[in-house]
Amino acid sequence: MAVPNFETTIGLEVHVELKTNSKAMSPSPVGYGAEPNQNTNVIDWGYPGVLPQANQGALEYGMMAATALHADITRDLHWDRKNYFYPDNPKAYQITQQQQPIGKNGWLEVEVDGETKRIGITEMHVEEDAGKNTHGTSGYSYVDLNRQGTPLIEIVSEPDMTTPDEAYAYLEALRQAIQFTGISDVKMQEGSMRVDANISIRPVGSKEYGTKVELKNLNSFNYVRKGIAFEEERQAKIYLAGGTIQQQTRRFDEATGETALMRVKETADDYRYFPEPDLTPVHISEEWVQKVADELPEAAPERRKHYVDDLGLEPYDAKVLTQTLEMSDFFDATVSEGANAKRAANYLMGDVNAYLNEKQMDLQETELTPKHLAAMINLIDDGTISTKMAKKVFTAITKGEDPVAYVEANGLKQLSDPAELQPIIDEILDANEQSIIDFHNGKDRAVGFLVGQIMKATKGNANPGVVNKILMASLQARKPE
Amino acid sequence: MAVEKLNRQAVENVAGLAKLSLDDNQAEMMTEQLDKIFDLVTSLAEVDTDGVEPTYSPTQNQTVLREDVAVNANQTKQLLDNAPESEANLIKVPTIIDEGAEN
Repeated sequence: MAVPNFETTIGLEVHVELKTNSKAMSPSPVGYGAEPNQNTNVIDWGYPGVLPQANQGALEYGMMAATALHADITRDLHWDRKNYFYPDNPKAYQITQQQQPIGKNGWLEVEVDGETKRIGITEMHVEEDAGKNTHGTSGYSYVDLNRQGTPLIEIVSEPDMTTPDEAYAYLEALRQAIQFTGISDVKMQEGSMRVDANISIRPVGSKEYGTKVELKNLNSFNYVRKGIAFEEERQAKIYLAGGTIQQQTRRFDEATGETALMRVKETADDYRYFPEPDLTPVHISEEWVQKVADELPEAAPERRKHYVDDLGLEPYDAKVLTQTLEMSDFFDATVSEGANAKRAANYLMGDVNAYLNEKQMDLQETELTPKHLAAMINLIDDGTISTKMAKKVFTAITKGEDPVAYVEANGLKQLSDPAELQPIIDEILDANEQSIIDFHNGKDRAVGFLVGQIMKATKGNANPGVVNKILMASLQARKPE
Repeated sequence: MAVEKLNRQAVENVAGLAKLSLDDNQAEMMTEQLDKIFDLVTSLAEVDTDGVEPTYSPTQNQTVLREDVAVNANQTKQLLDNAPESEANLIKVPTIIDEGAEN
């Protein structure tokens, strides 16, 4: 809720963990779930005499992010050293790209309340993550360096957002853009996407920005929105009471929905940056930039356009299908397996989504395949099975069964052959003279009754479309004198 | 460019950043020595560098990038043996007080 007479300025810094095979500056594996310190070597531990070995993949992922976020790729790069002491980083510095970030001047478009707004991205740089500390009670802390050196990309927005909802929309757009490049899982709950927010308010019409407060510990997009909204109110109250805002770092408290002071920033942090002496510069060639652009998967907005313009989907459906890369890829694969696009979209948004929600699974964790879904859809389209029968077939394909084989094995064939249906329909009509008279007297209910009888006689296996056609023709032919 | 004098306070600040504790004599000595070094380096400011591109590295060589292939060193035990203390494969350190390190 905006505070009257004040305007809010929000800038976001987002760290995204890159899904490379190895670390940014050492060949140790990147990944979750290993034993503590299993994925470490002498470089990660900062042993004397070791040298960094810059990962080409991390740089390339940085280029992919820059391309996806419409930024200019810096062609002549060098690394910088950022110095600080902390036990989760034994070499006491982080190798980063302070002076020459891999990407500059990017943007993302967001939609809030039906209005489209462009949010600027100042820069993005590739750097190293730190290890993880856990704190014991007996005067000790414990350090796991598995994460130490994992490549990150930090994406710094312009202070272009003015409401908590805009910040939320920007994060959604950013997550989607990064996810579609495939360079990161971008999961807040697993820490592969982390957000810090800078927020200040100023009286409407004031030319200078207010003093900014940095918010940390924002573990979901929703907390970002709540934390910013709380800060708007808190800062306005201080101004209105005649106070001044201190430059602070505050943390969001999930339990209370409030922010609490972490520390006051009296001076700018002094990290004593200097060019990394252990790595010489890198030139990124035109060919490399081109190769990355060519290999970059199609982004969500382009996919949506393709779904609407070429496949005839509704814009809303296109939006739902492109919410995640998995869903969009699954849809594409199902269509290229020959399924009708509209029906594939409906199944994915309906039965598939319901199944995923029920099982609390991601699409790739299931036994569902685009091939099986397409085959099931084709069985519906060619009249072999009814949509009702498809419910059973769907359950089968969620267990990895082949739909064609399943239909065969369970006698789920729909009766669609007119030569088979005609005698059944004739029999029903012979037995229901009154319905024929009713029909010709304009009582439509008679048709429903007759269809019901036919379905009963065929144990529900008759193709309703074909039944309807034959029944109408037969009724017309039996017009009473 | 006017040559500034490096003062004791600046030396103490730098020592603080480097987590060094200097006693009075050391601080005095460092101030004197660093001031001379500072003077020497400041003389570079006399060179006209208009239109000269910054040099980030003394060599013209490009960094040879490493292909993104993971190699597990399998040295966890040896590495932990070299740590002052460890427990359950974790490095044991005196309690960390959050001074706001960040990445």
